[in-house]
This record gives sequence, C-alpha cells and structure tokens, in this order.
Amino acid sequence: MLVYIFRRLLYALPILVGVNLLTFTLFFVVNTPDDMARMQLGIKRVTPEAIQKWKAERGYDKPLLYNEAAEGAGKLTHTIFFEKSVKLFVFDFGRADDGRDIGHEIKTRMGPSLAIALPVFLLGLFVTVSFALMLAFFRATYLDFWGVVACVAMMSISSLFYIIGGQYLVSKIWHLVPISGYAGGLDAARFLLLPVLISVAAGIGSSTRWYRTIFLEEIGKDYVRTARAKGLSELAVLFRHVLKNAMIPILTGVVVVIPLLFMGSLIIESFFGIPGLGSYTIDAINAQDFAVVRSMVFIGSVLYIIGLLLTDLSYTLVDPRVRLQ
Amino acid sequence: MHAWLLVVAVFLSGCGEVWNNPYPAQEAGRNILYGAFTERPKHLDPVQSYSEDESEFNSQVYEPPLQYHYLKRPYTLVPLTAEALPRPRYEDAAGRPVAADSPRLAYSVYEIRIRPGILFQPHPAFARDDSGKLLYHELTREDLRSIFALGDFPKTGTRELTADDYVYQVKRLAHPRLHSPIFGLMSEYIVGLKAFAERLKTEDAALAAAGRGNAWLDLSQFPLAGVEAVDKYTYRILIKGRYPQFAYWLAMNFFAPVPVEADRFFAQPGMAEKNLTLDWYPVGTGPYMLTENNPNARMVLERNPNFRGEAYPDEGEEGDAAGLFADAGKRMPFIDMVVFSREREGIPYWNKFLQGYYDFSGISSDSFDQAVRLSVEGEAGVSPEMAAKGIRLETSVGTATRYFAFNWLDPVVGGSQADAETRARARKLRQAISIAIDWEEFISIFANGRGIPAQGPIPPGIFGLRTGQVGMNPVVYDWVGGAPRRKPVDTAKRLLAEAGFPGGRDEKSGQPLVLYFDTTDRGPGDKPRLDWYRKQFAKLDIQLEIRGTDYNRFQEKVRKGAAQIFVWGWNADYPDPENFLFLFHGPQSRAKFQGENAANYANPEYDRLFQQVKHMENGPARQALIDRMLVILQEDAPWSFGFHPKDYSLNHGWVSNLKPNNMARNGLKYKKIDVTLREGLRAEWNRPVLWPLGLLAAVLAAGAAPAVWSWRRREQSRGRV
Amino acid sequence: MPIILWTDALVFLLVACGAAAGFYVSRREYLLASWRRVGESRAGMAALTVLAAYILIGLLDSLHYRPRLEAVAGKPANGYSSEVRSALDALLQPLKAATEKTYSAPLATHLYARETVELPDGTQARIFPRLRHGGAHLGDPAEDWAQDVAGRIVRGLALAVLAGLTFAAIAVQAAAVRWGVRWQTAWRRIRRGETHFAWNAVLVTLAGLLLLGGPVIALAGGYHVFGTDKVGQDVLYLTLKSIRTGLVIGTVTTLAMLPFAVALGIVAGYLGGWVDDVIQYLYTTLNSIPGVLLIAASVLMMQVVIDTHPDWFATSAQRADARLLALCLILGVTSWTGLCRLLRAETLKLRELEYVQAAQAFGASSVRIMGRHILPNVMHIVLIAVVMDFSGLVLAEAVLSYIGIGVDPSTISFGTMINTARLELAREPVVWWSLVAAFAFMFVLVLAANLFSDAVRDAFDPRLAGRRITLSAQGQTT
Repeated sequence: MLVYIFRRLLYALPILVGVNLLTFTLFFVVNTPDDMARMQLGIKRVTPEAIQKWKAERGYDKPLLYNEAAEGAGKLTHTIFFEKSVKLFVFDFGRADDGRDIGHEIKTRMGPSLAIALPVFLLGLFVTVSFALMLAFFRATYLDFWGVVACVAMMSISSLFYIIGGQYLVSKIWHLVPISGYAGGLDAARFLLLPVLISVAAGIGSSTRWYRTIFLEEIGKDYVRTARAKGLSELAVLFRHVLKNAMIPILTGVVVVIPLLFMGSLIIESFFGIPGLGSYTIDAINAQDFAVVRSMVFIGSVLYIIGLLLTDLSYTLVDPRVRLQ
Repeated sequence: MHAWLLVVAVFLSGCGEVWNNPYPAQEAGRNILYGAFTERPKHLDPVQSYSEDESEFNSQVYEPPLQYHYLKRPYTLVPLTAEALPRPRYEDAAGRPVAADSPRLAYSVYEIRIRPGILFQPHPAFARDDSGKLLYHELTREDLRSIFALGDFPKTGTRELTADDYVYQVKRLAHPRLHSPIFGLMSEYIVGLKAFAERLKTEDAALAAAGRGNAWLDLSQFPLAGVEAVDKYTYRILIKGRYPQFAYWLAMNFFAPVPVEADRFFAQPGMAEKNLTLDWYPVGTGPYMLTENNPNARMVLERNPNFRGEAYPDEGEEGDAAGLFADAGKRMPFIDMVVFSREREGIPYWNKFLQGYYDFSGISSDSFDQAVRLSVEGEAGVSPEMAAKGIRLETSVGTATRYFAFNWLDPVVGGSQADAETRARARKLRQAISIAIDWEEFISIFANGRGIPAQGPIPPGIFGLRTGQVGMNPVVYDWVGGAPRRKPVDTAKRLLAEAGFPGGRDEKSGQPLVLYFDTTDRGPGDKPRLDWYRKQFAKLDIQLEIRGTDYNRFQEKVRKGAAQIFVWGWNADYPDPENFLFLFHGPQSRAKFQGENAANYANPEYDRLFQQVKHMENGPARQALIDRMLVILQEDAPWSFGFHPKDYSLNHGWVSNLKPNNMARNGLKYKKIDVTLREGLRAEWNRPVLWPLGLLAAVLAAGAAPAVWSWRRREQSRGRV
Repeated sequence: MPIILWTDALVFLLVACGAAAGFYVSRREYLLASWRRVGESRAGMAALTVLAAYILIGLLDSLHYRPRLEAVAGKPANGYSSEVRSALDALLQPLKAATEKTYSAPLATHLYARETVELPDGTQARIFPRLRHGGAHLGDPAEDWAQDVAGRIVRGLALAVLAGLTFAAIAVQAAAVRWGVRWQTAWRRIRRGETHFAWNAVLVTLAGLLLLGGPVIALAGGYHVFGTDKVGQDVLYLTLKSIRTGLVIGTVTTLAMLPFAVALGIVAGYLGGWVDDVIQYLYTTLNSIPGVLLIAASVLMMQVVIDTHPDWFATSAQRADARLLALCLILGVTSWTGLCRLLRAETLKLRELEYVQAAQAFGASSVRIMGRHILPNVMHIVLIAVVMDFSGLVLAEAVLSYIGIGVDPSTISFGTMINTARLELAREPVVWWSLVAAFAFMFVLVLAANLFSDAVRDAFDPRLAGRRITLSAQGQTT
C-alpha cells in the first residue's frame, strides 16, 4: 500500500512539471514583466527607471528560460522560470506582484474557503443522496416523474440566477441574513447560511439525477431481487444493499473533489464578500497578478492529484475486492 | 431537513431583534463609524502610497506639515503640525537673498517650524526598558516566533515629534528599495535629491555585495544637501528656482514624518516575512491609528490616545449650513473607532448602506455610481424614499476632468501635419467631433447627472476657470438664454464637410471616414458605454471602430502615440491650474518624452505662455495669460473636453459635520455620529420578514405529503398481501 | 457585401455535417432505429421543436453582411459600412432602430426616469417624458394604452391560432397521405399519441410557441415588449441576439474538441503502450489545472494577440468574433479530456471483441481497424457527449462573462446581459426586466437542450445515463 502511494506520488511529478511549464508559457506570453510593472505602479508619473527598478526588485529582470550571462548551472537557475516556478515545488510561493506574501495569504484565506466549501459539500451530499434515494424508492410513480422534472428544471437555471435571486430576496427584501461579509468563529454561521444554501440548491438538480440513475442501476441487479425475495422490506433493501453497492460510483465522483474544497468557490465568495481563496483568485485574475494565479494553479493541480489518489484508496475501504498494485 | 430548519430558526432568533447585522454584538451601541473599501490598499507606506483609497487610511494616521481647510472654498492650505504656513525665501546661486522676481533667483528656501509637544501614537518601535534602552530593536527570529501582528508586542512607547522625522521622510523618497511615484518629479526640484539617491544606491549595492541585501540602510547617516533640520522643531527645504506649487506637496503624505525608530524596527530580520512592515502598519501622530489591518476583511482605525487634540474649525465658506459649526472649537476627533469592511461588489455595498450598516459612502465610489440612480432634482437631495430615511447627498465638483483626446501625431485627427491646409482641415474635424459628442447626455446616463460639462481642462474650484459666457467654449457652445447650449449637430456636419468629409465620406475617394477609438472599457458591464460612443460618431455618419484593450496595451499604445482617439481623465494633484495646463505642454509629450501630455499636443505659443504662467502667483496677470491659453486650446481642440465629475457622498441622518472635500483626505476627525438614532433606525429598517420561512416549511411539507401518503399506501398494501 | 465570420463558417460547417450525417443515417436501418426511439420521446420532440425555433433564429443571425453605403450628395456610392449586420438584424430593424434615451419598463409609454424638460410656457418641470417609439402612436396613453395593448394581444393570438391551425392541417394532411388513411383517422391517431413519431408533442409545443410569439410580435410593432436597457436599446432585440452566441458556444466548442477527443481516445485505447501513456499524461495534466484558471490564462493571451494586431480585423464585429471563436476553442481544449477518457475505456473493451480480433488476424492495418470497426461503434457515445455538453457550455458562458473572461463586451450574450442586469437590480426603483428576459430565454434554451439530450441518451445508450461525461466549467466555478 505504502509503495503504491509512493509510486503514485512519483507519477505526479511529471504532471506537475507539465502544469508548471504550461502555465508559465501562457502567462509570460500574456504579460511581459514590463506590463506587470506598469500595472502595479499605477497611472501617474511612471518612469522607465521605476519600471526597471520594480522588475529588478521582484526578479523579473532576468531572462525567461536561459541566462547567457550566468555561469555553469546558473545558466538555467538564474532565470525567471527557475526562480518563479521551481520554488513552487517546495511550496515557496514568494511574493505577489503587489509585494504581499502569497503563502501567508493562502494560509489565512484557507479557513474561510473551507468554512463555506465543507458545509456545502456535506450538506449537498446528504440532501442529494437522500432525495435520490427517495426518488429511487418511488421509482416509476408520479412522484419520481415530477422529481426528475424538478431536477431538470433546477439544473437548467444558471447558478448566477440562484445567487442573484437568493441574495436579493433573502437578504435585501426579507432581512433574514447579512447581505455579505464574514466573521471568524461561531459568528461566521450567520454569513455562511445563505451562500451555503444557495450553493446546495444550485447543485441539487444534476447531482440528484446522477445518484438516482446509479441507484436505479443497482436496484435492477439480481442480488437486490434476491434480497427482496428473502422478505426484506424495501427500505432495508435500499439502505443495506443498494446504498452500499452504489458507493463505488459515488466515490469516484465525490472523493476527487474533497481536496479541491480548499480552493474555495470563485463566484459565491466574491458575491458574498467571503475572504477565501476563490475571491483571491478572482482578484488576481482581474488585477492580472500572475504570481498569485500561478501559485493557485499549482495548488489546484496538487490537490487534484491528491484527490485522484484518495479516490483509489477509498475504493479499497469500500470494496475489499479492489487491490492496489 | 425540517430539523435543520428548526435549528436555523432557533439560532437566528438568538441574535436578537435584527437578524442581518453584519457586525459583532459587542460593537452595538458604541461610538463606531462604519465604512467600506472596495480595493485592498496596495501601499500604506507614505512614500509609496498615491491612491485615494489608500489615503482614506493613511491620512488619518500621518500628519504632513500642512493640510487643506475642511470647510473653506476655494481650497486653502492651513497649518497642521506646522506653526504657520511657510513663506519661501528666495536666494541667488551664492545664497544671497533676492526678490521673488529677480532674474538671479536660484533657490527657494522653505523653512518649516513645527509645533512642540506633538506625540507619536503608541508603538512597539518606541518602547523602552527601565534603563531607557529601546526594547524591540535587537530582536532575533526566535523572539518573533509568537509575534504575528503588531499588537502581539506587549509593550509600546511614544516619542515627541521632531524636525528630524520630517527630514528622514524626505530622504526616504530616494530610498533605493522603495519606489516613490514622486521621486522623479521631486528630484527636479529638491536640491541634492538626485545625488543623494545615487549615493544610496551605491551604499545599497555595497550592502548587497556584502551579503546583507536586506539589512537596514540608515538614511540618517547620509546628508541630503537640500534638506536639513535647523533645530529640534525646524527644518529647511531648498528648492531649485521658484516652485510655488511646492506648498501643496507639503500637504501630502509624501512629506509626513516617519520616525527613524520605526524604519529600523521593521528592518529587523524576520519582520518582513510576517508582513510586519511600514507598508502594512503606518506609524503617525494623527487622530487615529490603524490597529487592525486585514485587507481581506476589515481595517480598523482607533483613536490615538496620544493625539494632541485639534479644534474644529470655526469659519468656512459662505452659505455653509449653520449645523456645520455646531462643534466649532471643540476638540477633535469625535468618533472612537472607525471600521472599514471590505466590500468587493457594488451591490452588497449599496444594499448594506441602505440597511444602515454603512454610515457613509466613500467619496467618488465607483460602485455606487453604477448601482444607484439617484433622482437628483437639480442640485438638491436624493429620491423621496431615500430622503424619508434621512439619507443625505453631498455633492461637490471634483478636481478632475474626463476627456476624449485626439492624438496630435495622427495624420487624420492630429495637428502636426506639414502643410497648413491639412492642419486646418483636421482642426475642423476635431471641432466637429467635439460638438457631436453630447457629454450632457453622457452625464445624465452614465454619471447619474453628477457632472459638469467641461469648457476647458480646468475644473471648477481651481484658479483660472471663468464662469459665465466668458468661460464658455465658443467652438462647441452657443450662449443661449444665460446658459451655454451645445451647438446643433448641423453645425458639426458643416464643419465636417469643410474638413473634407461631407456626409462622413472622403470628398475625393468617396470612402467612408473610419476613426479608431481606444478604451479600456471592456468589462462585461461596459457595453452600454461602447454603444453610446458609437452613437455619438454616427450622428456625423462617421464610423467608429472601438478597440477595447486591456490596461497595459492601452498604456503602451498611448505611450507610443499609436492610438488615434482615446478616453482618459486627470485628477488634480493639487489645486493649481498648472496641474492641468501642463497636460498640453509640448515637452511633456507622452510619445516623445514620456511626459503626461497624452495627446502629444504641441503649440509653440501655448508652450511659451505655459512657461510664463507656471510659476506665477494667482492674480489678474496670471488670469489673462490663462484665458489666452484656454482660447488656443478651445480653438485647436486637442481634446473633446468632457466633463468634471461631481464627487458625492451619501450619508445617513445620524452622521454630521459633513462637507465633501476633494483635496483633504483627513476628514474622519471632523465627523460625528448619533449612535442612539442609528440603533433605532437600523432596528426599524431591518425587521426580519418571517412569512417566507413559513412558506418554505409549507412547500417542503406539501412536497413531502404525497411521498408520505404513497408510502403509507404501499405499507398497507404490503400488509394486506 | 456578405461577410463570413469565422464562427459563421463553423456554424455552416456544422449544419453541413448534420445534413451529411442525416443522409448517412437514413441509409442504415440499424441507426435509424435508434433515432426512431428519439422520435418517440414526447419530451424529446417537444424540446426539439423549441430548439428548432432557437436554431432558426441563430442561423438567421449567422448570415452576416456589410450594408452598402448609399450615395450622398451626388457622390457615387463607394464602399461599405463598417457595421456588420445579420439577416436577423434586417428582420428586426424596427426593433433595432427604435432606441430610447434610457430605461423604460416593458410595454411602457414613458421613460422610467424623471427628466427636467422645458414646458411650452418656458418653465421647467421634472416629468417622465414620453418615449420616442414605445407607444408613440397613442394619442393619450393614459386613456388608450390598455385598449391598444389588449387589441394587439388579441390580434396576435388570432394570428397565432390561424398559423397553428394551418400548420396542424398541413401536418395531418401529410400524415394522412403517408399512412394512406382518412383525414379524421390521422387526426385521431395524432391526438391520442398513437403514432410512432411524437407528433402530438410537436404540435402542442408549436401551438404554445405560436401563442406566446404571436402577441409578442403584434406588440413589438408599437411597444418595447421587454422594455429598454440603460442606453435605450430594446431588450427583446438583445435577447434574440443573445441566442446565436449561446448556440455558437454550445456547438462550435464541441466541434473544436471532437477531433482531439475522438482521435486521441481511440488511439490511446487501441494502441496502448507508450502512446497510451503519453495521451494519459496529456489529459491528466490538462485536467489537473483548475479549469477556470486555464481558461482565464488562455483568454487573456488570445486577447493580447487580438489587441496587438488590430490590422487583422477590418471591423469590430470581426474582432469580437475572433474572441468568441477563441473562447470556443479554449473551452474545447479544457473539455475534451472527459470524452477522451470515456472513449479510451470503450475502445479498450472493443479491442478485445471477436470481430476486431478477426480483422487483426486478417492483417488489416491499425488505422483501418480504428476507422472501420471501432469508430462507428463509439459514435453513439460521441453523440451523447455532444448533446449533453451543450447545456453546460451555455451555462458556462454566463459564468465566464461574469468573471470577465467570457465573450467580448460588444458581443450580445446571455452572460453580458445578466451581468448588466445584475447591477440594475440594485437600482431604486428596481429595473428587473432585462434580468427576467435573459432568465426566461436562457432557461427555456437550456431546459430544452437538457430534455433533448435525455431523449437522445435514452435512445442510444441508457447505460450512460447520468454519467458525468465532461466536467464543464460551470461546475468548477460555483
């Protein structure tokens, strides 16, 4: 098992290198260091000297990939690529283009991001799985039909409408929760209630349909018929057999996103003023702060790879027949 | 699901009468002012910070020697920490005093005397142990282990403000590791600043070579020729030639005092990694100190216990409401604490303001601009519903100008072609376009009526602008019934025909006239504005190609002189006409000399007049020259003079002592709030509406009923079998 | 002068492909059988009818041209306007030209904001001014408005009923001739749903569309049915123009990604070995980058390219189109991985089947086997992926435009509409109609697409039900 994990992590390295190379090319084609300097220095009274100074200070005055001037290994290491990308592998994110420490920023923003993403994930999973079980229980009845219709209708609405509508009605018209903002500790609940509910509602449609299909597929199998023939009640069949056996397909979809919860949610966070990693990313995109975007891409990839690994590991827990080699 | 709704309801009801208060319960009823900020401040170091949203914080903390009078208009400088307004002395090259208009004049000497007894805010950099030794100046990384914010240092101290602190800050303008946006400009004026910067650069390089690149660079070791402390409370600045506008710079935070202890304190190893820098924690003598700096969520200013106290002004402008003087002579500041919350999106910001959770909107807050349509009836107030809530609108014409610039180097719309006839035609084209662009409509649609159409570059409130018919731009406007009225489109069409493009077609080739317009408006919400621009040119049958580019590309195009027509604006650095007229000065050309003249306008007569006007004292002689310059500009039309946006701020009824001031950013100390009134109104406006919760429960129940019913039936049928 | 924008070309290529595929399918009974099952689905056919209406509008909006300039003052006409129009613009010219100054409510006769106007007697007053176009034909709006609107609705409905009946009659007649039965019998069968093809669903949907469309058309002649926006443009016009953008994003994106996904998926599955490793590496790498960030980087990069080469594009419409195309391509690049993985897995299975083994034994080349034996057998997965992707992409556009990395701001799309409308909700009094109009049109489009894709999936491979074939950007962003 440990060997397996170790090998998988080794496989991850070339992927991360690829991710890094790709983002590096994309971003430096977009914005030359001169552009970044001008962006950060503002509108008024920007002199070429100031730009040079800014670049030198942040190490953007070096060549991109290959440094002719340097000696030996320095030819490769005294370059923007090496200094800005390779350090990511040891999770040294350096400073944002506006001079703030990215690592510090990520640490402080991870909490709020999780505070919203985790409840959304758990509550969403609970609600959709229960709803899907209910639909599966009432399969081929009007309840099932209208449930599916409701799901399709709900998934046809853009998430933007859920957010805009929810915020308008619940916060502005009904004064039930604060419109936006965030506070630490228990107080956070008041701010998180609405965004969590909205996120869950926006996801109900497609997820429920998905789980329902999985359950129906399981219900059609022989062992379920056997179980029923034994005289087990329908509920017992659903919970003891169907749910358990449906775990594998559910896990494939679910476990992989767990690490990504750290990344936060872009739009919800910016609409509700939650100072998490999602709004950090949007800010960075808008300000074209590529030091931050690069770091976020890197973290995202790492988390994704961890997610894949966790998925595989979780199979062994649910189904003893699965062996990792 | 029901159970959890119940939990929510119980939980919410625990919060008291109002459910949507975004602030912690323990803040209720306290003398706290609430505001918001949309952009996280990039710099709080006074040599680097140059944007308005940063000075919202910095100006409450730092005190430069001068300030603008809060109430008087036109804007007037008054002493802040200085004893009096400095009057420059003039000297020749040998240091002998000369008259102001002497041809031998070489230097202006500003001698500033500050008041004794002013104390810095409590700060660990000043903390001393019993023996008088500075406590936190030889810290190791180990010592910093449990320190994460400035408040984690157990002890603080203070010190009296001295002239050296001001001198130190001027030196910091040349700091090799900081980039001050005004260093380039100031090195032209302050004697010895350039050489000083060179010297620091070599010293810094030596440090870096010795492997101590991040070590503290003690600026006080090196002398700066033009700036020195005369005694404990007096310092002197030597300026090359005459530069009357220098006094305005003395009211900006670039010239605020920075104690050398703070600089040294923050330079210790390990500080910067923990975000403990001067750029993050300002240290000043002002009425407030920044005690919480979390630019992602909130910034908190608290009353500085060491503040000397300052009296509320007792005189103002004619026509100021009597209420503005209710506190005259009383000790400021009036508010204990100011909480700014981060509000990224305009709509939540606006809605929270309406619910009473923000006491005021920031001056010139763009997000409000988009979100709000105030039905402004002329100058007065807000919509009836808002007025009923006690919300007041304070407007003042901003010291800024928005404009369309025609690139002078462009062969079609520019003015630098070789032969006179082509030049004359291009001028007519520019004039025609200037008439066609209906800025009055722009103001009413996009600025909610808050703006004044510009007759020239100089905004109201600044010397040189003339009101009435004399000040009108006769190229674009007619004087009708006591007010300027934009000339009819037919006039523009005639001019266009004279320019060689009748009906928007080239006279000779018959090809349509296509103009290219560059803008940075390309966000998703900018479409209406782009449509509007196109509509204006369509009036003349000119086809407008809009090129929305990102900010960098736009800058680069303008810098290279590659843009044809573009939209831009200028905010005053200081209230002097020179700050606007220099935007047309030939040697300031953006494309040729990297200056601020983005249109690259060049006119020998104008340049000559500008040299004269530049350093004159305000008076009839200056006015006459400015009048002449404005006539040249109006005739040449290198800009379509757009409008002067009106700054505005919205305030709730419980906030008093308000008067928008575009130059002074240190206005928090004047403000006052009525906390009881606020509590009452907030409760009244935010009563939770409960029926939707009931409805939701009912809907869920209705949804569950058929399920339960059909479940029962199934169980029964099973039982029967 | 006709102009073929890049996306137009691709749209027409798609139409051509569709026609060719239709011809191909119609010759093969086993394929036809699956399509018949699609035709039996009532919900699917109702959805298809709605989609057809959308597609018609989208296609009309894809026929672009630059109007010739009229001769002026004796000068001969020379050259073309730089404004690019479409056939839809020409049809909707009355709506397009009828701009007001700023906001007006649906069916309003007066502006939504007060304005200071000079009265005939020289004094000034603040009133709601009359609209330039909306209800301009009314003498006294307060008096005549209700009657006029009601009259128009009735006329519209009458027209709709007439058109609906005509169409139904033609359809029934055609069916009667085809089945060789009497008219009444044909009608009864259709009405009771005793036909294979869900004719009744089509007719009912069509009737619904007509009953909604008729009054709208009748009202649009004299009013702004959905009001006007900030600069006074008719919201109905904007909504109709948004349709093309949504359709292009939904279809061209898939078109752009298909070659990659299909070729790489099959090759990886069939050849295995290092080829498989490389392709797996490629898609794992792409997949592991957070989608939105990859899209943001690519869109910004394309934008820089477009910005630095203004001479490549004669008109701003062409520039905006380039950005739309770029967005499609980028969305394609980020979304092909899911389908690729699915095809790889399916190919792995097919490779072991007897007939493929037999072909190998006969010495057929790999290319031939992949093209002849494997590709046709995975086509149903491709088809399902295409229809299922569509709705996700339409939704993703709105989200991306919100972040500022969507379509060009001068392109009218649901995303840009929602974005501006979002700000209008905060106004006092609230401006709700743009948001509602965008919501309604977008909801119907996506709903129809979802229903249709369900029908296709059920008909071709019910096993695939609910399997998340692609991870669209939508899911990752919220």
